[in-house]
Amino acid sequence: MNFNLSEEQNMLKDSISRFVQNQYDFETRRKIVDSEEGFSRDNWKTFAELGWLSIPFTEDQGGFGGNVLDTMTVMEEMGKGLVAEPFIATVLLFGGLLSKSTNHTAHAETIESIIGGEVQGAFAYLERQSRFEITDVKTTATKNSDGYTLNGEKTVVFNGPSADKIIVSARTSGDQSDQQGISLFIVDANAQGIEKTNYRLMDGQCVANIVLNDVQVSAEQLVGELDNAYSLINTVINDVMIAICSEAFGIMQVLNATTIEYAKTRKQFGVAIGSFQALQHRMVDTFMACEQTQSLLLRAAGSLAAGDDDAEKDTLALKVMVGRAGKLIGGEAIQIHGGMGITDELNVGHYVKRLMMINTTFGDADYQQQKFSAISNA
Amino acid sequence: MDTKFSPEEISFRDEVQAFLKEAYTDELASKFNDKANYKSAQIEWQKCLAAKGWSAPGWPKEHGGTGWTPTQSFIYETERSRVGAPDVVPFGLKMVAPVIYGFGSEEQKQRFLPDILNSDAWWCQGYSEPGAGSDLASLQTKAELDGDDYIVNGAKIWTTYAQYADWIFCLVRTDNSGKKQAGISFILIDMKTPGITVNPIDSIDGDYTLNEVLFDNVRVPVANRIGEQDKGWHYAKALLTHERTAIAGVPDSKRFLAELKDIAKQEISGGKPLIEDPMIQSRFAYIEIELMALEYTELRVLALTAEGKGPGPASSLLKIKGTEIQQLVQQLRMDLAGYYSGAIHGELNAEQLGHEFGDQARRAYMYGRASTIYGGSNEVQKNITAKLVLGL
Repeated sequence: MNFNLSEEQNMLKDSISRFVQNQYDFETRRKIVDSEEGFSRDNWKTFAELGWLSIPFTEDQGGFGGNVLDTMTVMEEMGKGLVAEPFIATVLLFGGLLSKSTNHTAHAETIESIIGGEVQGAFAYLERQSRFEITDVKTTATKNSDGYTLNGEKTVVFNGPSADKIIVSARTSGDQSDQQGISLFIVDANAQGIEKTNYRLMDGQCVANIVLNDVQVSAEQLVGELDNAYSLINTVINDVMIAICSEAFGIMQVLNATTIEYAKTRKQFGVAIGSFQALQHRMVDTFMACEQTQSLLLRAAGSLAAGDDDAEKDTLALKVMVGRAGKLIGGEAIQIHGGMGITDELNVGHYVKRLMMINTTFGDADYQQQKFSAISNA
Repeated sequence: MDTKFSPEEISFRDEVQAFLKEAYTDELASKFNDKANYKSAQIEWQKCLAAKGWSAPGWPKEHGGTGWTPTQSFIYETERSRVGAPDVVPFGLKMVAPVIYGFGSEEQKQRFLPDILNSDAWWCQGYSEPGAGSDLASLQTKAELDGDDYIVNGAKIWTTYAQYADWIFCLVRTDNSGKKQAGISFILIDMKTPGITVNPIDSIDGDYTLNEVLFDNVRVPVANRIGEQDKGWHYAKALLTHERTAIAGVPDSKRFLAELKDIAKQEISGGKPLIEDPMIQSRFAYIEIELMALEYTELRVLALTAEGKGPGPASSLLKIKGTEIQQLVQQLRMDLAGYYSGAIHGELNAEQLGHEFGDQARRAYMYGRASTIYGGSNEVQKNITAKLVLGL
């Protein structure tokens, strides 16, 4: 057994870490997030030039042929820098669905333009009533002579405002919560019948609610198999869960390091507050939470990469841990920073808000724990 | 990165499983059911391991160790726990032996190590004192030179299995003039030496494993001192880093948790198995997830150790998390037993009482309170981690 990164992974890690250090200091990031799109198109070009956008795609698709361990490496460093560019939405979710679909050759052109940095994408799978259930799909795709007509509303679509193309989950058969009967269609964001309402989440990312009103698509716009999209969605989301959990692990490391540093320098009652045992023990707790998160991250990523039967269970355990550890680490970071922890000026609150959004994304700790119990007690 | 066992490790696991199946017989296992047989059953099991050459996985090969990698030792411990076979008593094989082969003279190695390896000598540990618990370096048991002997006076406490022991290894004070860590020596004392009194201490689990050991002008040859006089603290500390990993107790906690799941499927509340209760499910999930994480934390530490990079910062949480999880498991077992967690079986059997595991659940819970106290309480562990790992 070894838990060391490969030489290639180390180079990748260094390259992202350098980008964050040289071009993504906190004030620069703040300006980027405050801009209209919430990310920088120039940075996106840089990502394309450095080859980062090609990582999860196969060599046949023009990609780097990376696996979940490679995206894990990327996302840990992105987490440390709190990188706001929509790598998850465009490359891992939107790109992942195309790349892993049975008919990916039909979407080769779109995959190429993701790798080239020319297209922004989004995956529209949530609905007002669905909460965390990806099978709860009311949006319909009705067959007609030219293909299908889409009707319904999708909510909280990550990168929805900037996406040029959107993959929409819709029901082609079955009841509202059936696994069977869900299909995916790729549509142009400016297609007739699409209406977007844009807003922001607390971590700064731009999302949209998207109404589909008689949107006509052809059969060629189908992604994967008709009626059988569930397993594709599930596979891709499991991969992306590792990625966002790795991002969370990067964030946790920064929060812990920042907090310890602050406790060493901040003086009250004439001494550094880090000399108080009450605070020391809390910082040991957050250190342990971060280490335990890393252990489950490596466990789950390793299982997924090896195609183990336990991969789903390991991933659920990881997501639960990230939710719980994230709340502990985020909460303690603010508390130990005292009044400064409450200010928008300090970076701590921004890291905490991203951690909180990661907890919610794809289902929070309580939700994932129920799924974990179902598997574990079976 | 390779986060799975190698084919060689898998075949090693098969070998361990085959041996355990043959060696840890039902007959031997049943001997452990009666407390009165404990010492002889434990020695029989350890001798069985010694005959296979597996009684001391952690020792260097030249002294009779197995030459296993840290990962192989982990696999062995996991499989041992899976069949419910007891761990070896640590005081000889895991605690004093590394000090002897690490710092002892050639003569001491030849004199003591074979008996430890073959379980012909039972050892106990003389560290804690009434006035020196977490603050161990404050110990006051005195050893004064008198010709070729030390004269030892003082009291040791919480000495597990002193009633069975042939030998005790002790930290004693040989100098009071400098820093308190500086004047401590590491000596080995024959329990048959005149002047030693062992007083039993009953514990809250209703059992008797702990003792107070009194020394009244006990003569110990200087030849029984390990290393140099006044350097004992250094030797004892070196030992502590040896014992960091197995202390997490992951394999045992995994086995107990699996047992508890079976119990929760059988125990009925409101006409339904307890396992269907969302609160119970939530507790199981919490423990299992922490344990899955801890298992990989330990494997990370082992992988680093195997690469010769030292155990790394994560090793400092193994004792804290490991014992916290053990206590959560013990608490859950108590709660699954309901009223029967309080029932003292005494002479009655499970049939007469109408319940199987309550008595054992309570004893495990009560005895288990010790785990967050011994080996440096968890609060002391956090102080050490804050200082050495976080730099606070």
